[in-house]
Amino acid sequence: MADQAHAQVETLALREQFDTPEQQKETSTLGMWIFLITEVMFFGGLFLVYTIYRNVYPTVFGRASTSLNATIGAVNTAVLLCSSFTMVLAVRSAQLGKRKALVIFLILTMLLGLMFLGVKAYEWNEKFVEHHVPGTHFHFEGVAEQGPAQLFFSLYFAMTGLHALHMVVGVGILSWLLYHAVRGRFTAEYMTPVDIAGLYWHFVDIIWIFLFPLLYLIDRHMNLP
Amino acid sequence: MNTAAIEERETYLNAGYGLKSWLLTKDHKRIAILYLITVTFFFFIGGIFASLIRIELLTPQGDLVSSDTYNKLFTMHGITMIFFFLIPSIPATLGNFFLPMMIGARDLAFPRINLLSWYLLVIGGLFAIFAMLAGGVDTGWTFYTPYSTTYSNTWVIATAIGIFVSGFSSILTGLNFIVTVHRMRAPGMTWFRMPLFVWSQYATAIIQVLGTPVIAVTLLLVFCERAFHIGIFDPALGGDPVLFQHMFWFYSHPAVYIMVLPGMGVVSELISVYSRKPVFGYHFVAFSSIAIAVIGFLVWGHHLFVSTQSVYAGLVFSFLSYCVAIPSAVKVFNWTATLYKGSISFATPMLYAFGFIGLFTIGGLTGLFVASLGFDVHVTDTYFVIAHFHYVMVGGTIMAYMGGLHYWWPKMTGRLYPEGWAKLSAAIIFVGFNLTFFPQFILGYLGMPRRYHFYPPEFQVLHVLSTAGASVLAVGYLLPAIYLFWSLRYGEVAGANPWGATGLEWKTQSPPPVHNFDEIPVVTHEAYDYSTVVGEVIEVG
Repeated sequence: MADQAHAQVETLALREQFDTPEQQKETSTLGMWIFLITEVMFFGGLFLVYTIYRNVYPTVFGRASTSLNATIGAVNTAVLLCSSFTMVLAVRSAQLGKRKALVIFLILTMLLGLMFLGVKAYEWNEKFVEHHVPGTHFHFEGVAEQGPAQLFFSLYFAMTGLHALHMVVGVGILSWLLYHAVRGRFTAEYMTPVDIAGLYWHFVDIIWIFLFPLLYLIDRHMNLP
Repeated sequence: MNTAAIEERETYLNAGYGLKSWLLTKDHKRIAILYLITVTFFFFIGGIFASLIRIELLTPQGDLVSSDTYNKLFTMHGITMIFFFLIPSIPATLGNFFLPMMIGARDLAFPRINLLSWYLLVIGGLFAIFAMLAGGVDTGWTFYTPYSTTYSNTWVIATAIGIFVSGFSSILTGLNFIVTVHRMRAPGMTWFRMPLFVWSQYATAIIQVLGTPVIAVTLLLVFCERAFHIGIFDPALGGDPVLFQHMFWFYSHPAVYIMVLPGMGVVSELISVYSRKPVFGYHFVAFSSIAIAVIGFLVWGHHLFVSTQSVYAGLVFSFLSYCVAIPSAVKVFNWTATLYKGSISFATPMLYAFGFIGLFTIGGLTGLFVASLGFDVHVTDTYFVIAHFHYVMVGGTIMAYMGGLHYWWPKMTGRLYPEGWAKLSAAIIFVGFNLTFFPQFILGYLGMPRRYHFYPPEFQVLHVLSTAGASVLAVGYLLPAIYLFWSLRYGEVAGANPWGATGLEWKTQSPPPVHNFDEIPVVTHEAYDYSTVVGEVIEVG
C-alpha cells in the first residue's frame, strides 16, 4: 500500500519523456500558456462579433447594455477578484509546501467560484423574467427594432455563458487539485499542477475583467432615457 | 530473409501486442500509425465522393445524380478531404512520428494529450460519418450563411460538431509540437541545427494554435444560430452574413498553409538527401516558413473580392496576397538552387519532390492570378479556382505526403517499399493529376462555374479529359496502398539509414525502439552535413 502510494507520487513527479523535473515544469507551464493563447483566439471571435455589432447599432446596444444590473455585475467582479487572490495564496502555499493552507485556499477559491456562478444564474433568471432571452418570447421595451436588441442579448448569453462554462471547468480542475492536495501529493518540489491551474483560473478572471465593462458599463455615460 | 533478426530486436512495434496496447498507447510513433490508418481511411472516403463527382460530370445533362445529391457529394468531398485528411495528414502522421526523433527527444512533450488528439479526430470523424450516412450535408465545405443556418435541410449541425471536435485535435497537435520544439531538443540541437521539416511543422503549429480556435467559435455561432435562431448572421434579425465569411476565412485561408507548409518541410528533406547537399540558404528557407505563417493570417479577404467588402480593403488584401508569394518563391528557388551541382538520385521520394515543385509552382502562380482583383472577378466560383487549389492541395500536399511516406517508410516499418512499383505509381499519379486538373483551368477560364452538375455541351471534351485523368489518378493512389501493405511482410529489410540521410531519426535502428534512442544523441553538426554520414548507402535511381 505504501509502495503503491510511493509509486503514485513518482509518476506524478517525473514522466519518462523528461530528463529533469525543471524541464517538466517549464514544459507544462509553456503548454498552459499556449493553451491560453488559443483561448484568447477563441473568445476573440466573440469579442470581434460584439465590437462589430456595437458599431453598427450603437443606440440599441447602449439601451440594452444599460438595462443590465451593473451592481450585481460589480459584486460578481469583486467575488471573482477575491477568488484570484485566494488562488495566488494557494499557489504560494504550495510553493512553501504548506499542505493545510493549500487545502484551505483551494476550498476558498472553489467557494468563490461557485458563488460567482450562483450570482450569474440569478442574473440569467432575471433575463428570463424580463423576456430578455433571445427567442420567440423576446421583448425589449423602448426600441423600435427588436432584432439588434436580440443580437445584444444573444452575445450577452454567448459570452457570459462561455465564460461560465470555463468557470465550471475551473471548479472541476480545483476539485481534482483538492483531491490530490488532501492526500499530500503536492510538495514544494512538485506543485506544477497547482501552478498551471492558477494560470488558467487567472485567465478566466481576466476574460471577465473585459466582459464586465464591455457588457455592463461602457454605455453608462450616455444617459439614455 | 532476415525476418528472424527483425523479431529479435525490441522495437516500438513489438513492445506490446493486442488492441489495448495500441488504443491506450502514449508512444508518439504508435499514435502516428493510428493517425496514418485514420487519415488513409478518410482519404479513400473523400476519394469515393470525388469519383462520383467526376463520373457525373462525364455528360452535360446531369443524369447520374440529382442536383441535391450532387450538392451533397461536393460538400462531403471537401469536408472529408480538408478537415479529416489534409489537415491531419502530414503533421499528425509524419510529424508525430518524426518531429520528436528529429530533435532527439524520447517523445512529444505531452504524450497523453497526443493520444487525446487522435481520439478527438476519431470522434469528430464519427460525427461527420454519421451526418453522411444519415443523409449528408449540402452547404459546401464553406458553410456560408444564411444558407447553412436557415435554409439547408441537411445535417449541418452534426457536421459542424464533427469539425468543431476535430479542430481541437488539430489545436492540441499544434500545441504539443510548439512546446516540444521549445523544450525537448537534445543537447546541441540548436534552433538553426533543426531539420527544415521541424521548422515547417513549427510554423504550421503556430497557425493551428492561432487559427483553429476562430473556426471553432465561428462554428459554435453557426450551431447556435441554426439551433436557436439568434440572428448573428441573419440579416432579418440585424445580423450580417458576410461577417461569417470573414470569420470563416480568417481560419480557412491560414488552414491552406496548415495543409501545405508541412509538405514544404518534407520536400526540403527530400531535395537535400537525394541531391546529397545541404539545403541552399537554410536560414531563408527556415524563416520563409515562419513568414508564410504570419503573412498567411493577413490575406483572408481575397476570398471576399466579390462580396460586400470595400474595394480599398480588397486592394490591401490583394497586395498582401502577393506578399505571401515571396516566401513561397524563396522556397522554390532555394530547392532548385540546392539541386545545382548536386549528386541527384531519382528515387521515388525525389520523384514526388520534383512533382511537388512543378505542380506547386503552377498552383502558386495561379494563386497570384486569383489574388488580383480584376482577374478574380472573372474567375470567382469557376473551375479555375478549383484547379488552382487542387494544384496546391493535391499537386502540392499529397505529392509531398506520398514522397515523405515513401522516404520514411523503411524507418516506420523496417521494410523497404518496392522501388519499381513505387516509381511507376509516382509517374501515374503525376500524369493522372495533370490530366485531371489542367483542363479545369481552361474550363474555369471559359466560364464553367463550380458546384454545377450540368453544363453547356461545348465543355464536355474538357470534362471527359478531366474524368479520364481522375481514373488514372485513382489507379495511382490504389497502387501504393497495395504495395506498401505488401511490403510490410515481403519488403526488403531496411537498415538503420538506407538513404544515407543526416537526420537524427536515421541514427537509430529501423523500426525505432520505444524511446527512440538507446541513448540521447548529442548534436555537434548543422543539419544536412553529409560528411558525417557513415554506413552503407543503398544505390537507387
